[in-house]
Amino acid sequence: METAELTQEEQFQARIDADVRIEPKDWMPEAYRKTLIRQISQHAHSELVGMLPEGNWITRAPSLKRKSILLAKVQDEAGHGLYLYSAAETLGASRDQMLADLHSGKAKYSSIFNYPTLSWADMGTIGWLVDGAAILNQVPLCRTSYGPYARAMVRVCKEESFHQRQGFEIMQTLCEGAPAQKQMAQEALNRWWWPTLMMFGPKDADSPNTEQSMKWRIKRFTNDELRQKFVDMMVPQAEFLGLTVPDDKLQWNETKQGYDFGDVDWAEFWDVVKGNGPCSRERLQARVQAHEDGAWVREAALAHAEKRRQRAETAAA
Amino acid sequence: MSQKEWPLWEVFIRSKQGLDHKHVGSLHAADAEMAIQNARDVYTRRLEGVSIWVVESKHVHASNPDDAAAFYEPANDKIYRHPTFYTVPDSIKHM
Repeated sequence: METAELTQEEQFQARIDADVRIEPKDWMPEAYRKTLIRQISQHAHSELVGMLPEGNWITRAPSLKRKSILLAKVQDEAGHGLYLYSAAETLGASRDQMLADLHSGKAKYSSIFNYPTLSWADMGTIGWLVDGAAILNQVPLCRTSYGPYARAMVRVCKEESFHQRQGFEIMQTLCEGAPAQKQMAQEALNRWWWPTLMMFGPKDADSPNTEQSMKWRIKRFTNDELRQKFVDMMVPQAEFLGLTVPDDKLQWNETKQGYDFGDVDWAEFWDVVKGNGPCSRERLQARVQAHEDGAWVREAALAHAEKRRQRAETAAA
Repeated sequence: MSQKEWPLWEVFIRSKQGLDHKHVGSLHAADAEMAIQNARDVYTRRLEGVSIWVVESKHVHASNPDDAAAFYEPANDKIYRHPTFYTVPDSIKHM
C-alpha cells in the first residue's frame, strides 16, 4: 500500500491537503498542537480582555435599550472566550494554566483592547470597525483544519454579526444626529482606524508563522490579504455614514479594483504588542483582580459540591 | 487559594423536540447542577436548545482513531448490506 511508505507527518499533511478535519485524538505534529494552543488561547484571552473596554460603558449607556444591547454583547464575549478555551483544552491545554499565562503577561491578546474607550461613539466604532475586522479574521477560521476550533468559530461568527450591526446602528444614529454627535463619531473613527488595521497582524513579510499556518490550513488568508479586504469593505460604509477615513493616502485603484492606503505605524504596533499600550497595565490588572476576587467563589462552589456529594452518599447508605 | 480546577463537563443539547441531543462543547463547573446552569448561559443564549445533558468528561470513553482502519474495516467489505447491492428489474415498482 502506498500510504505505508509515508511518514506519520506526511500522512497528516495529506489529510490536511484533502481538507479532512483533524480531531482531538488524532495524531498531529507537536508543532501543530503548539501553534493551535497558542492561537486559540490568544483568541480566547482577547475575548475575555475585550469585555473590559466595553464594560466601561455599561453604566454610562445613553438609554436602557443601548444598555441591554451592550450587556448582551459583553455576555457574548464571555461566551466566545469560553467556547475557545474549551477548544484549546481538547488539545491538552489546562484552563488554569492558560489563565495563569494571561495574568502573568506571558500570553498575548489582541492589542486593540489596550486602547481606551473615551466616548460613547467608541462603543459604536468597536462594534462596527473592530468587530468588523474580527469577523474578517474569523469567518475563514470556520473552515480551519482543527475540528473543535472550526466548530467554536461557527458559533462565534453567528453572534459577531449582531455585534457589528449594533455598532453600525450606534454610528448611524450619531451621524444623523446633532453636529456635536457626528463630531464624536468622527473622532472615534480617527482614534480606532489605525489600531483596527493593526488587528490583522504584521505585514506578511514580517509574519514568520504565516507560511506554516497556511500549509496546515489553520490560516486561510494572509494578514495583508485580510487587511486589504477590510479597507475595501469599510471605506464605502464610512462614506455612507458621511465620515472621513483618517488616511490621506487612501485612494481607489482601478487596476487592482481595491483601495491603496497608507502604512500602519509599525513602531506603535510592536510597542503595544510588547505591553506598552495606553491601557495595557490597566487591562491586565483588572483581569487579575477579577480572577483573584473570584477565588473564594471557586473554592466555595467546590466545597459545596463536595458536601452535597457526601450527603447523598450518607443518604444512600 | 485552592489550586484545584473545577471538573470539565461535556455539553449536549437538543435543539428542538423530535431531534437528538448533539455535542456542542464543554465547560467547567463544580457539580452537575452548575454545569447545566452554565451550559444554559454559554450555549443557549439564542434559543439553541430545549434540553441539556451534561456528562463529566472523565466518564466519556472513546474509540481510538489509530485503530480506525482495522476497527471499521469489517463494514467495508460487506457491501451486500446496502440496498444498492441488489439489482431490481425495471418493471418492478415500489421496492
